[in-house]
Amino acid sequence: MIENRPGLNALAHLVLIIGVVVVALPVWVAFVASTHTATDFMSGTVPMWPGPHLVENYSRMLDAGVSTSGTPPVARMMFNSLVMALAIAIGKIAISILSAFAIVYFRFPLRGLAFWCIFVTLMLPVEVRIVPTFQVVAGLGLLNSYAGLSIPLIASATATFLFRQVFLTMPDELVEAARIDGAGPMKFFRDILLPLSRTNMAALFVILFIYGWNQYLWPLLVTTDSSYYTIVAGIKRMADAVDGLPQWHLVMATAVLAMIPPVAVVIGMQRLFVKGLVETEK
Amino acid sequence: MKRTIFSNQLLPWLLLAPQLAITFIFFLWPAAQAIRQSFLREDAFGINTSFVGLANFEALWNSSQYLNSLKVTAIFAVSVTVLSMGAALLLAIAVDRMMKSTRPYTTLLVWPYAVAPAVAGILWWFIFNPTIGVLPYVMDRFGYDWNHVSNPGQAMTLVVIASAWKQISYNFLFFVAGLQAIPASMREAAAIDGAGPVRRFFDITLPLLSPTTFFLLVVNIVYSMFETFAVIDATTEGGPAQATNIMVYKVYFDGFVGQNIGSSAAQSVVLMLIVIALTVIQFRYVEKRVEY
Repeated sequence: MIENRPGLNALAHLVLIIGVVVVALPVWVAFVASTHTATDFMSGTVPMWPGPHLVENYSRMLDAGVSTSGTPPVARMMFNSLVMALAIAIGKIAISILSAFAIVYFRFPLRGLAFWCIFVTLMLPVEVRIVPTFQVVAGLGLLNSYAGLSIPLIASATATFLFRQVFLTMPDELVEAARIDGAGPMKFFRDILLPLSRTNMAALFVILFIYGWNQYLWPLLVTTDSSYYTIVAGIKRMADAVDGLPQWHLVMATAVLAMIPPVAVVIGMQRLFVKGLVETEK
Repeated sequence: MKRTIFSNQLLPWLLLAPQLAITFIFFLWPAAQAIRQSFLREDAFGINTSFVGLANFEALWNSSQYLNSLKVTAIFAVSVTVLSMGAALLLAIAVDRMMKSTRPYTTLLVWPYAVAPAVAGILWWFIFNPTIGVLPYVMDRFGYDWNHVSNPGQAMTLVVIASAWKQISYNFLFFVAGLQAIPASMREAAAIDGAGPVRRFFDITLPLLSPTTFFLLVVNIVYSMFETFAVIDATTEGGPAQATNIMVYKVYFDGFVGQNIGSSAAQSVVLMLIVIALTVIQFRYVEKRVEY
């Protein structure tokens, strides 16, 4: 603090409180809506305080879902999302740390080319190659499978770069000591590099879990069998009600359920989350 | 570069194999296919394909819908970037003044990062719902009629707000980090020289924050051009009357719903060129930093 200006401090608090309220507003409205019945919305005024139907709405969605929209119970969709998010996070970390190890600690022909092949994936987000990627996955028979949901998304230049950066900052003496002690490359990797990268892996895991859980376009394309729907992609199908108006209280209950796991991860592991966010952007 | 390395020749390829295989099968091959398909045209039944040179690109250039999509994308990307970065900067400056309450405020502001863009879209869609939403109800009291289902400008406003809302937390975190990296001594020196808070902000803080600002500018443009697909699809689906049909959505719609593979592929190639340009900008200029 450079100088004490009570007026400015009060203004700063005011700005932050308004910010917090505006940021929370949509979630509060969704939560309130999820505790009412469908008829409560038709009276003309929107309820702003929670109603008595919380348990009823949520247990109905988790167990049964909305049958008319053709979506499975929400518990099933959440399980699919969890499998997909874990597979993407773990898969990305595993293949990236191996390739970063190869690029940093070995010299071999075409090393530069391999590095560039990984680098260009940065420039090819799913959205720009939707149709041909879908054709490849369909051709491999991976539609409606967990493999099809996760494998095409686990190649990532960002994670490889992160580990490359981490390895480059590790002192050369570590390798020398390992070699003098007669350790081969894989023993060095397992006993020295892996333990030293543990916090980086955890931070990256937080970011990648959120990334995987929140995928939308890809699950929408590769799942036509409702038992493989993920929750984020399933909400939209639920909101597109076949007969008339969507059942807002149930759609909002699903939206709240879709937010809980990733938001819990961010709040519960805030320190790792911030570390992961800053590191992946280098 | 490491001085000490291992000398194996086969092992590195084994280590790289999973990543290279996935990169090749799901990234490079499809990208090559998109480029190939952009030069081909299928007949209506998808039986015959013929090489048509640059005809797909020419058709795009002459398509008023595509030009409209370019315009819509530009308006959308600029609005989302300005709105979310502006709000985030304001909040970051406020938090930077705090001594004890930084952490609780930060926690209360960062969680929207974890909300999926599709869910963000659904939440705001509900709030702005013309029949049962909260905000149209309030606006109606002031005599303002809100209906994003038929009003193009209002539909655009809706998707901009939903997309910017989700991005505020990300920008906020980076602005806070940027502000904390500015040495307090500089601001103190300016204060001793008699500069007030406003003057200090424009002469010291803002210029020293420019590397962060520039980096966030690129990230936000990439976000609003590509990751907002879900916001659009969950809410307006490009409508009404093409008003929110951003380029990424049009690639998907023309390719999957319209089954016009050639045109969709040509659009993919245009988007790829845009991403490549943005990545080059990011790596050339952001790495070197805007130094003072």
